[in-house]
Amino acid sequence: MTVKDVKEILGARVLTGEEFLDREVRSACGSDMMSDVLAFSKDHSVLLTGLCNPQVIRTAEMLDIVCLVFVRGKKPDETIIDMAREREIIVLETGHRMFSSCGMLYKAGLGGGAI
Amino acid sequence: MDEAIVLKYEISPDDFTRAGEASSDVKGKLKQLGVSPEAIRKVAIAMYEGEINMVIHANGGEITVEITPVEIKMILADVGPGIPDVEQAMKAGYSTAPDEVRSLGFGAGMGLPNMKKYTDDMTIETKMGAGTTITMIVRI
Repeated sequence: MTVKDVKEILGARVLTGEEFLDREVRSACGSDMMSDVLAFSKDHSVLLTGLCNPQVIRTAEMLDIVCLVFVRGKKPDETIIDMAREREIIVLETGHRMFSSCGMLYKAGLGGGAI
Repeated sequence: MDEAIVLKYEISPDDFTRAGEASSDVKGKLKQLGVSPEAIRKVAIAMYEGEINMVIHANGGEITVEITPVEIKMILADVGPGIPDVEQAMKAGYSTAPDEVRSLGFGAGMGLPNMKKYTDDMTIETKMGAGTTITMIVRI
């Protein structure tokens, strides 16, 4: 699916990266623990998280993540959004909780990827 | 690229928001040099974990990255407290990070295991009260 699909499924708002919404995404992971994302994420293109700090962007950068989704209505500040913009990482924000967000995407066909 | 390219970074202590800047810079440079995305990814993850560790545990330090046509060597040197039990520190899930670090999304006890997993070779030299030097190699 594309990031646009992710946005529609989650009823999400685009915080930055509107111009890249047609990018394709193949798998996703959800975690508030960046250590675990770095340990277990293999070729994921979407990261769902409730953690709101600059290290989320850095983790996404190291892993070449295409799209970040802040769940539970978490609102990253301007510094974080600017960091994402510089790195051309799309940032979405949804009011849904982590479990529901992951479930909705999974049901729509976005898997967890290779282990 | 006939000669080795050497990059040096000072890692400032207690500045968690800036942790990862050096890894980010190295990632960009490797991309410019045309290194394979797979090798870049390994270097980026391993170095980022190491950089975070230096900020959390060791009052910062210095990272030297040597890039040759065959490998990328990362030397992370700090003058922190040292690692009392390296074997234990290497266990997945073992962490001495304080709660405040956990609330920032780190301290899951995956740093050192991750660094080993993503590199082809890793050695740890550590002395209590004197510091730790970790050398990691990713072959390209």
